[in-house]
Amino acid sequence: MADTGYLSGVHADLSLTVDGRRHELTVDTRTTVLDALREHLDITSAKKGCDHGQCGACTVLLDGRRTLSCLSLAVAHDGSEVTTADGLGADGALHPLQEAFLAHDAYQCGYCTPGQICSAVGMLEEAAAGHPSVVTSDLGADLTAGVDLDRTEIAERMSGNLCRCGAYAHIVDAVDEVAHREVAR
Amino acid sequence: MKPFAYERPDDAQGAVATVSADPDAAFLAGGTNLVDHLRLGLATPSTLVDVTGLTSTEITDAPDGGLSIGAGVRNADLAADERVRARYPVLAQAMLAGASGQLRNMATTGGNLLQRTRCAYFQDLTTPCNKRQPGSGCSALEGWARHHAVLGATHEPADVACVATHPSDMAVALAVLDAQVRVLGAEGERSIPLSTLHRLPGGEPSRDTVLAHGELVTAVDLPPSPIAARSTYYKVRDRASFAFALVSVAAAIEVVGDTITDARLALGGVAHKPWRATAAEEALVGAPPTDDTFRAAARAELVDARPVESPRGGTAFKLPLVTAAVTAALRGLAGGEEHA
Ligand SMILES: Cc1cc2nc3c(=O)[nH]c(=O)nc-3n(C[C@H](O)[C@H](O)[C@H](O)COP(=O)(O)OP(=O)(O)OC[C@H]3O[C@@H](n4cnc5c(N)ncnc54)[C@H](O)[C@@H]3O)c2cc1C
Ligand code: SF4
Ligand code: FES
Ligand code: FES
Repeated sequence: MADTGYLSGVHADLSLTVDGRRHELTVDTRTTVLDALREHLDITSAKKGCDHGQCGACTVLLDGRRTLSCLSLAVAHDGSEVTTADGLGADGALHPLQEAFLAHDAYQCGYCTPGQICSAVGMLEEAAAGHPSVVTSDLGADLTAGVDLDRTEIAERMSGNLCRCGAYAHIVDAVDEVAHREVAR
Repeated sequence: MKPFAYERPDDAQGAVATVSADPDAAFLAGGTNLVDHLRLGLATPSTLVDVTGLTSTEITDAPDGGLSIGAGVRNADLAADERVRARYPVLAQAMLAGASGQLRNMATTGGNLLQRTRCAYFQDLTTPCNKRQPGSGCSALEGWARHHAVLGATHEPADVACVATHPSDMAVALAVLDAQVRVLGAEGERSIPLSTLHRLPGGEPSRDTVLAHGELVTAVDLPPSPIAARSTYYKVRDRASFAFALVSVAAAIEVVGDTITDARLALGGVAHKPWRATAAEEALVGAPPTDDTFRAAARAELVDARPVESPRGGTAFKLPLVTAAVTAALRGLAGGEEHA
């Protein structure tokens, strides 16, 4: 084992595929996925709000599921696939949720926005896969066809993402539009 | 954050052997509690043993008609399971009332149970706390006490006082379902009732559970429970979502005609452990399902309650809140509504 001084720490080699690109890196075991992205790979779309799991600004899709990168140790996710808001759109085009956030003015300062959008992408997939929320009216129902999302459902499912600018009403509008566009499709 | 080595043993036995042999090693699961505590300087392990791939991530039908939940099952997947939703709605509701979508994707069954019993002062290294630093005193007694206990706490003597609460919603539902927790130790496997896993502070507030260092939770077993088909979780919090419980109620009742014939009740947010409300259960059985009965049952449970009386706000407000929450939860069940 390496020197365990506070400054030098213990190091580990790992790989992360971020927004489709594979990176090999050596990090201190104390490094979170968020710090690996921002400080080691210069990928800054995931934001650090609280660093305690309380705000959702650092939300990314980790192996497809929305996850708080500030509470995920990089060493524990060696080989994982990370998608940040930067990597959502295909070939430089915006993702439908990004377009909807623009169209609905779903932000003010924009700091929480990448986390909101990653969270919304993960949330829509959860609902489509039949994951209930605490406001789902009949928890005992067969949800295999997916859960229809009204505004109450969207607000509840997005409650892990805080917005200090208070853009919540427009965020729900943006997600609502995409949710129903996807159902109609 | 103190530096640590990171290990991923081949199997659960290996993880148990490593942590049992090293007082400075700790299990890592979803990390949502532990990584936060590493960052706060509150947890200072020299080795983290990752158990996420070492315990089951499946929910399986047990031969007795119950369910067995692997310790590695993520909170979101437990809540979404069709069998859990239909047969144990109180558990699905409790899971979904806890934390956020992102956190539920990360948190595991084992980690949820073993998250620290805690309070804001416990997480602030600059303040005295008997749980964090035995003998240093309890800051909550004179401080901002809101999420603190009304039942089973230690108020004195000062060097062992602790009025913290266990924050898990899931554990309150498991308490009402008579769940058993399977634990792997250096000497083999044992199974203990969930209601005895967590402990009251007594004279040793630094210990949250009865587990020995190095014992690994491998699964939670739910016995078959017909009464649980009509069960509910009622959570009262400071904001509509993404907040810890001030008070929560897990309840199941069976009503035949005008009489309650069976009742299960547990409370969250009121004690150092999920609180199975046996006095209230006794008061309910044989009585008519009315608000008067429900209130009397809640009061029976609170006979020995002792709120924190702090100059900066104590927990006396929880006494009427428990009564109101118990009444609301049971009224919803007795009325046959899906949600209280
Ligand atoms: C902002 C925020 C809000 C939250 N709100 C709520 C809420 O409203 N309701 C609620 O119930 N919870 C809430 N939580 C707590 C959350 O549910 C827990 O952090 C989570 O369940 C812990 O699970 P984990 O797998 O991430 O555990 P970890 O953080 O990995 O581990 C927690 C502890 O358990 C030990 N451990 C882990 N697995 C095992 C095992 N198999 N056997 C023995 N020991 C083990 C670890 O050593 C560690 O000490 C919240 C958390 C955050 C950060
Ligand atoms: S209530 Fe318990 S955890 Fe909180 S400060 Fe007092 S001793 Fe520490
Ligand atoms: S930075 Fe991760 S939740 Fe706030
Ligand atoms: S837009 Fe400013 S925090 Fe949300």
